Amino acid sequence: MSVPSVHVQQLTKRFKDTLALDDISFDVGRGELFGFIGPDGAGKTSLFRILTTLLLADAGICTVEGFDVVKDYRQIRKISGYMPGKFSLYQDLTVEENLKFFATIFGTTIRENYDLVKEIYQQIEPFKNRKAGKLSGGMKQKLALSCAMIHKPEVLFLDEPTTGVDAVSRLEFWEMLKRLKASGITILVSTPYMDEASLCDRVALMQSGRIMTISTPQEVISNYPLSLLSVKSGDIYTLLGELREYPGVHSVYAFGQSAHVAYQKNDITPESLHFFLKSKGHKQVEIIETVANIEDCFMELMTSPMKE
Amino acid sequence: MSLSNENIITVKNLVKKFGTFVANDHLTFEVKKGEIFGFLGANGAGKTTAIKILCGLSYPTSGELSVAGFDIYTQREKVKKNIGYMSQRFSLYDDLTVFENIRFYGGIYGLRKKEIDSRSHDLMQRLGFESARNKLIRDIPLGWKQKLAFSVAILHNPKIVFLDEPTGGVDPITRRQFWDMIFEAAHGGITVFVTTHYMDEAEYCDRVSIMVDGRIAALDTPDNLKRQFSAPSMNEVFIKLART
Repeated sequence: MSVPSVHVQQLTKRFKDTLALDDISFDVGRGELFGFIGPDGAGKTSLFRILTTLLLADAGICTVEGFDVVKDYRQIRKISGYMPGKFSLYQDLTVEENLKFFATIFGTTIRENYDLVKEIYQQIEPFKNRKAGKLSGGMKQKLALSCAMIHKPEVLFLDEPTTGVDAVSRLEFWEMLKRLKASGITILVSTPYMDEASLCDRVALMQSGRIMTISTPQEVISNYPLSLLSVKSGDIYTLLGELREYPGVHSVYAFGQSAHVAYQKNDITPESLHFFLKSKGHKQVEIIETVANIEDCFMELMTSPMKE
Repeated sequence: MSLSNENIITVKNLVKKFGTFVANDHLTFEVKKGEIFGFLGANGAGKTTAIKILCGLSYPTSGELSVAGFDIYTQREKVKKNIGYMSQRFSLYDDLTVFENIRFYGGIYGLRKKEIDSRSHDLMQRLGFESARNKLIRDIPLGWKQKLAFSVAILHNPKIVFLDEPTGGVDPITRRQFWDMIFEAAHGGITVFVTTHYMDEAEYCDRVSIMVDGRIAALDTPDNLKRQFSAPSMNEVFIKLART
């Protein structure tokens, strides 16, 4: 990697008794689409607020395009776009007024950078005279992204842009991000939806202020240390409980209508498990070997003791 | 799970208009007793409007509705006594303690002091919350709040519990523990009516309805829906239906 777009070294932030960020380090390359995946309380928002110079860290070094978040905060504000997790546009201004406002405070105009936001903004332009507060969730999201982009930033920080929006809007949003990425902009995005990890170049899986792992989504999955069976029967509720009592089982989690049973290689055979479930009265038992997905990996990392 | 054939919710031609806007356009469906019924739809499809009506918080423009055996026009107070409700925003008071919240809800639903004490004791033991009994809600983790909000919503043993996006923002283990609680409640005979944006959770439901633009575009078991739309997951079923 050449000079990183975002560099974070041993970053720590504490709020009273809570360690929001616990000695975090990572680099994001220029033009990379980098995802921070984790639940509420993982530290994603604190991290983004520090990188966008809105919050001071307790310790550590952070730079954005070579600028220090404390010393050079003015330069960082010029070159960053930030979409906060909470909808932060002016509800009583119209769609167009909001975009104009953001263009003006960054000393530009909608016309000057229209090309950059065109594709996204066009979708809400028919409603440009509607007040922002009256937009649907998906439209608010598109307006917020347009406003974060209108000054042609080099780095984009998107804090949970897809939280609370439906599966279709989420899909469309990620398609927009992919096209934005093609223009060379560095994108840092956070999300609690694990399935969105596969859409990033690299991901940091976060939990309670710590980064549990950083790698490509493919590597996260190939590093999963256990074997996995997908088990189905007519009654998922009793199935989960009984699988947890089966000797050699490491963990059991529901995945839709199946249960994922994790175990150390050779500790379990599908045949003996099948026999066990039949003896417990389960009908229509189906057992297949399966590969881990990001959620399997996340849950395994959450419950395994920290390395080091 | 074997479902009874008894309908606990019956909706016939539900219409709800706001001015000229039709939020619910002739919805017709039934929910069986003890079922986990997924109520899905895109943002703005009309889910919240329908839930408010089913909970007796808003009148329909027209249509016949019976919830927990009571008529939604004439027996609203009886409907409210026989249902539980939990929303995304929780229903707990941040500046009351865990126990005070339980006592408050128990009181609202007319439980006696003895009952409240014994049920709250059981509940905290089951959740492993004994140490948090006197903690303020604002000081407990999000996952605990969700579990507590759910437990409080079913404290009065309702016939139906409505869950409006109950699992937002929590880690995948907590999300599953929450679903374990839902399975348990359904196993105990409580009907669960749930909305979610997590499409894998749609697969935990016995049946799922998907709303598009105020109408029910599909309603069946997850397996049948996947077959019908030749899709490997509920996520793809949803996208095929809701994408315009």
